[in-house]
Amino acid sequence: MGAARTLTPPADLEAVATADRPARAGGAGRRSGPLTWVRRGGLSTLVFALPLLVVFGFFSWWPIVRAVVMSFQRTNLVKPATWVGWDNFRYVLTDPDLPVAIRNTAYFALLALVIGFPIPLLLAVLMSSVRRAKGLYSVLAYLPVVVPPVVAVLLWKFFYDGSADGVFNTILGWVGLGPYAWLSSPSLAMPSLVLEATWAAAGGTVIIYLAALIGVPGEVYDAAEVDGAGLWHKVWHVTMPQLRGVLFITFILQIIGTVQVFIEPFLFTGGGPANATQTILLMIYQYAFGRSLGGDYGAATALSVMLAAVLAVLSVLYFRLTASWSKT
Amino acid sequence: MKSPRIMKACTLVAAIGLGTTLAACSSAATDAGSAPANAAAGQDASSPAGTTPPTTDAASTDSSADASTESSTEGAGDGAGSSPAASSPAASNPNVLDPNTKVTLNVVGLLPGSKPDAIKALADEVAQFQKENPNITVKTHDYEWKATTFAADLAGGTLPTVFEIPFTDGKTLIANEQIADMQPYLDQLAYAKEFNKNVLQYGQGPNGDVYAIPAKSVYGVGLHYNRELFTQAGLDPDKPPTSWDEVRAAAKAIAGKTGQAGFAQMSQNGTGGWQLTVDTYARGGRVETNDGDKATATVNNDQTKAALQFLHDLRWTDNSMGANFNYDWGSINQAFAAGKVGMYTSGQDVYTSLVQTNNIDPKSYGLTMIPLQGADSGVLGGGTMAAVTATASSDEKAAAIKWIDFHYLRKYTDQTAAVALAKIQLASKQPVGTPELPIFSEQQYETYKSWIAPLVNVPLDQMTGFTDKILDATLVNEPAVATQDVYAALEPVVQAVLTNKDANIDALLNDANSKAQRAIDAASR
Repeated sequence: MGAARTLTPPADLEAVATADRPARAGGAGRRSGPLTWVRRGGLSTLVFALPLLVVFGFFSWWPIVRAVVMSFQRTNLVKPATWVGWDNFRYVLTDPDLPVAIRNTAYFALLALVIGFPIPLLLAVLMSSVRRAKGLYSVLAYLPVVVPPVVAVLLWKFFYDGSADGVFNTILGWVGLGPYAWLSSPSLAMPSLVLEATWAAAGGTVIIYLAALIGVPGEVYDAAEVDGAGLWHKVWHVTMPQLRGVLFITFILQIIGTVQVFIEPFLFTGGGPANATQTILLMIYQYAFGRSLGGDYGAATALSVMLAAVLAVLSVLYFRLTASWSKT
Repeated sequence: MKSPRIMKACTLVAAIGLGTTLAACSSAATDAGSAPANAAAGQDASSPAGTTPPTTDAASTDSSADASTESSTEGAGDGAGSSPAASSPAASNPNVLDPNTKVTLNVVGLLPGSKPDAIKALADEVAQFQKENPNITVKTHDYEWKATTFAADLAGGTLPTVFEIPFTDGKTLIANEQIADMQPYLDQLAYAKEFNKNVLQYGQGPNGDVYAIPAKSVYGVGLHYNRELFTQAGLDPDKPPTSWDEVRAAAKAIAGKTGQAGFAQMSQNGTGGWQLTVDTYARGGRVETNDGDKATATVNNDQTKAALQFLHDLRWTDNSMGANFNYDWGSINQAFAAGKVGMYTSGQDVYTSLVQTNNIDPKSYGLTMIPLQGADSGVLGGGTMAAVTATASSDEKAAAIKWIDFHYLRKYTDQTAAVALAKIQLASKQPVGTPELPIFSEQQYETYKSWIAPLVNVPLDQMTGFTDKILDATLVNEPAVATQDVYAALEPVVQAVLTNKDANIDALLNDANSKAQRAIDAASR
């Protein structure tokens, strides 16, 4: 059901596209003027698309263009900008903090992948096999996503209190563990952030997997069962192949998302202790806003542009390399 | 997080990020730095500083540009020669607000999250002001100076017309033309020429005009301590520590007997580097030296190492610093007011916000001098200036000076105003009489204190360890060039020492020094 519904919009789009084609072909014979264009619905199409174009253009595309331009400038946004060529890029690339930030960001992405990728999948598989109160589990899984990120972080900051009477330390103390320093420990800080980030984001992914799982026809499982497949075999040979397309997309989205991690290190640790959670986005932020006198917007945008370029290349490579197995 | 005061501290630092004007800034600041601020006055004869450049009635509506041009020609060399116009602002003077012109003035108000009493006190003050100036409508906006939000507000043009900045930000904001030349307006105030020149110089442009006006929270860093925890630990709250060894012993006693942190240190959002600089100065070191307009990072000095070793000993040998090592200005105040911290260092006037936002029990509060040891040791000092956005209209600027006079300054020179303001504060149970350093002369400040003496409700007798000595101490300014970057370079070092037992202080400081130097060089790139 769910799958069928998700298929509908593309079908509609296709219908629109094909309906449009003969119309244009017919017009071509007659030298279509603006009037014909209007009569054929060109104007109303434009009017309908306009809000989208304006909003996207103004809030997305224009800022992107500006950022690229700014990465070659020095400006404090008050006085006229001056062109500095590749200066900003050179400055950023020689920043001794950059390798640290790259390493930390990669570490975060890796941990998030190891912890954050399988957990939602596991939850979704379990939830899809539950027969009663499905809605309740969905709500429970999705609840953390509804909590505003800032609130969630402040809440967890409280949990992570490093003293023996902190929430987590108290709980772990019952089984004789701890107390741990959590955010005040250079080695525990990053895993602590990943734990919270996973908790906060898992719900969204679970819903996506659930939707895909519901689309797997029950007959396939029945057939597998008849063939003598156990639970594990069913998951591995039936469920996983059906989820392949979705997994493929969530994987690259997760990478792109985690590489741009910001809220957690910003609110939990400010990059500390001792740069243990300094990430690339935090660096960009600090370049731009870390100093009260107007930051180095050139360096900030230069690093942003480089990050965007790397992620774009990574995405293209990923799609190329996996082109064969993404087709289900 | 907090307030503008924080800023003072941390920020003072700030200033220099962009460096442009640093030359003037750094040399002036350095000179001033080595002299006690209160001794201050015009030690630097060549500085046009305090001299009041003339106001002219010629200034057009865009008075900022005009006025500054004029004074730069006239005012620079000839300090004393303030023009006659200055002394008699005629009604036709466009810099004086026509009482019939209606003006709405946006100004900074309290810290976000202030208690209802504090909000009421400010509202009363605004009402009083509007009664005096019926044509001006004042709108207050919650404001907490933070390096991060300030930069965004500044870039986005969303600051209130009158806002507060730390001493160290003035020169760069002036060079970037981000704040208005207030000289022609300041001249309308009777006490315009009586500022402590060492304090005034932070807000003066290259032409000697005053752009940012010293307004409040002129401070030296002090050692704040919890008297109740002292008592519980068997220490005498009337004999606070006077050396770092005594601080260490007291911290150990408090941690051992009460389970709370004996001593806590800020280490986040720029405050870590700021406080390490405080600790360095207190031992006689400096984190940056200035030679003409060339600044050199010197953070890998013996005194900074000693300060870090001190923290390391408290943290790892004595375990007397508790379990939280993520404090910044606001959160350490909160923890202190909640009785979780025995001692910490911060600006001397932090008491006001401990009351306004953290509900501290006054009986538990104690303030003493930060221990000064070694040659050249001194107390890091700073303060807060009021500035007006560069885009303000001349009516707004004229209204702004009235508010700056009324809200910040008049009380120091006018007995009636001092008493009236103190009464408003007192009625709402706001702190009256929190010790500051003099914005005008030292005698003037003493006189001011005598006016409000009967109304003082802060426990001054619990602060004598500080107030008896601060005026004789050497005040040292924050590093003049790339201040915030120098702090940012030091911060991970503080965090490493507090969170990693095996932190290699020498290596960390060498690393920080090259980062700081890189930032200093970049400030002038």
